[in-house]
Amino acid sequence: MNKLTKLFITFVSAITLTLASISSSFAKVEGDYIVLGSAISLTGKYSSNGVHTQNGYNMAVDRINKMGGVEVQGKKYKFEIIYYDDESNPKRAAQLAERLIKQDGVHYMLGPYSSGLTKAIAPVTEKYKIPMVEANGASRSLFTKGYKYLFAVLSPANQYLEVAIDLAVEKNGGKGVRIAQAFEQDAFSQDVRLGILDAAKRTGSEIIIDDKLPKELNDMAATLAKVKATKPDVLVVSGHTKGALTAIRQISEMKVDVPMLAMTHCDAAKLSKQHGKKSEYALCASQWHKNLSYKDKFFGSGKKYDADFKKEFGYAPPYQSAESSAALLVFKDAFERANSFDRDAVRDALVDTEMQTFYGNIKFGPGGQNVAKPMILFQVRCKGDDCENKVVAPTKWASDKFYHPIPKWSERS
Amino acid sequence: MDFLIFKAPMLMVQASLDGILLGILFALIAYGMALQWGVMNIINIAQGDLVILGGYIAYTMYLAGIHPAWGVIVSPIIMFFVGWALYKLVINKVVDRDLFISILATFGIAIVFQQLMNFIFGADVVVAQSEYGTTMLFDNSVTLPNSKIFSAVISVLYAIALVIYMKKSRLGRAIRATAQNARAAKILGVDTEKVYAATFGINAALCGIAGALISITLTLHPYVGLPYTVRSFMIVIVAGLGNLPAVAVSGMGLGLFEEFADYILGTEFRIGAVFMLLVFILVYRRFKLSKKREYLK
Repeated sequence: MNKLTKLFITFVSAITLTLASISSSFAKVEGDYIVLGSAISLTGKYSSNGVHTQNGYNMAVDRINKMGGVEVQGKKYKFEIIYYDDESNPKRAAQLAERLIKQDGVHYMLGPYSSGLTKAIAPVTEKYKIPMVEANGASRSLFTKGYKYLFAVLSPANQYLEVAIDLAVEKNGGKGVRIAQAFEQDAFSQDVRLGILDAAKRTGSEIIIDDKLPKELNDMAATLAKVKATKPDVLVVSGHTKGALTAIRQISEMKVDVPMLAMTHCDAAKLSKQHGKKSEYALCASQWHKNLSYKDKFFGSGKKYDADFKKEFGYAPPYQSAESSAALLVFKDAFERANSFDRDAVRDALVDTEMQTFYGNIKFGPGGQNVAKPMILFQVRCKGDDCENKVVAPTKWASDKFYHPIPKWSERS
Repeated sequence: MDFLIFKAPMLMVQASLDGILLGILFALIAYGMALQWGVMNIINIAQGDLVILGGYIAYTMYLAGIHPAWGVIVSPIIMFFVGWALYKLVINKVVDRDLFISILATFGIAIVFQQLMNFIFGADVVVAQSEYGTTMLFDNSVTLPNSKIFSAVISVLYAIALVIYMKKSRLGRAIRATAQNARAAKILGVDTEKVYAATFGINAALCGIAGALISITLTLHPYVGLPYTVRSFMIVIVAGLGNLPAVAVSGMGLGLFEEFADYILGTEFRIGAVFMLLVFILVYRRFKLSKKREYLK
């Protein structure tokens, strides 16, 4: 190496070091701004839900800032979020979390989209003792690792479809039912499966088909042929949107008659856009629905949130957006109660959170999961090819009658 | 619950028909792979992604209000030019190199295609509706979606057309000549560069047809191309290059194998079983070859 090169390298490293130290002084609070960080999937396979998440965050930031911001020690602060695109890749997400914390000096994090990516980031935030409020990682294993700085505003995955089994048993006069289930082999869906196993044990139900779908699979014909042959009382499917769409396509094509079909990721907007009225009567687990009567002073009610979101982004908010907005409300509340920017004070305030938002009640259990909000089930009901989500369970929130059993295909027009 | 399939004979019929119909579709994709593998000695990792792109073309038509079945005509035409362009841009630079380079290059193409499709069409799973209805057999105990029957029929028709084309047309003869001996063909005045481009184009067109059929029978997503690559690779390994009847038979065989593996081993081992079979066949082939070598000694 000649002298000039050495000099050059020294020069470059000096600049890099200086820049690094400057940027870390941006830190948590910069002037009037509280800076939050988030790695989020803007490209890659989670990009559509990643964008829903980001829109949810942005909507809440705008709203809170407009309504006076966050008051800490008598001074008003505004929220600002630094985003990085994690490309839907867990390794990248973990790197970006490090970068947000070490280079950008972020002291408070918002979660990414999906359980898998949250799992990748949580060890990093835990290591640096950075409080993270996440809204899109529901996998049960996130809440059993003893994380102290992880807070989730959503209900854990095992609760997604338990209600559906209870509902089926109720319709069966309190006797156990025969369940056929097909779950994708990913952390989230397998947690949903565990929930069903618990519910089956509790209600004395029998699981007669228990298929695990490979990630690459887009053909469920074999599972459905088994369902046809064994005639279960309930068919449960969880495999993200792909699973829900494949199920509806093949159930309608193979004319599989089941009295009850319960799924995850089957928002009417997505299902009926692709399948029209073939998706009718599907029961879907959801974290949130606009018709629930929760209220807060920032967004008003769910209906108001729905309308405002539509105006801002041009589409109806999926629950992924709603829960993401709620994460910001949690942070604001915690900062104000902590009345400090000390990370541990904020963390302790988060532990004591007990509040109502338009999205639901929020109170964190010992593992960091939200224990105050039940999952809801809605049923897809259609007029022509125009379908809507109607809340049918739990009974407290039910706005519509639960349609059971599903009419046979031969009787459906 | 174990081996439900042996207790219910109708399930056996259902599984067999599902397997064969699906297998015919796989065979079409595999035939394209066999063709360009045989002619250019390139293993195309992006095969499945070309299929998915073909599917998105049909889906785009469906969104525009055109029946997606027309995709089986429009999609191959567009995909032919995509394939041609791909050859001119990338493949012609790796065609004479060793297999490893071409695998790397097509792997790169696969990633670029996935990201582009994700960018253009979004990460949501989509399907196109053919509204073809369902055929019910044996008193409704066996159901066959007409879209699957349609896709098998179209695949067979295209395969026959391609065989005739390869036998009778000038370009077909040139392609076969190049496959047998590229240098000799060149000396005899065949423009091998053009033949390569056309071969890659035809392969992409076949993928386009298969994609359009998948859009009405299964689901589309930017990242589900790889299983199609693996399956066609597998079929070609079993059938050998340039042997269409064998490709068809091994395609259907694979379809059947998958369906039965699903019932007997469980759904979770369905794709795993395909890989196991691949390993088994590779080992078996090696074993047979080594025997042959002994005779030569």
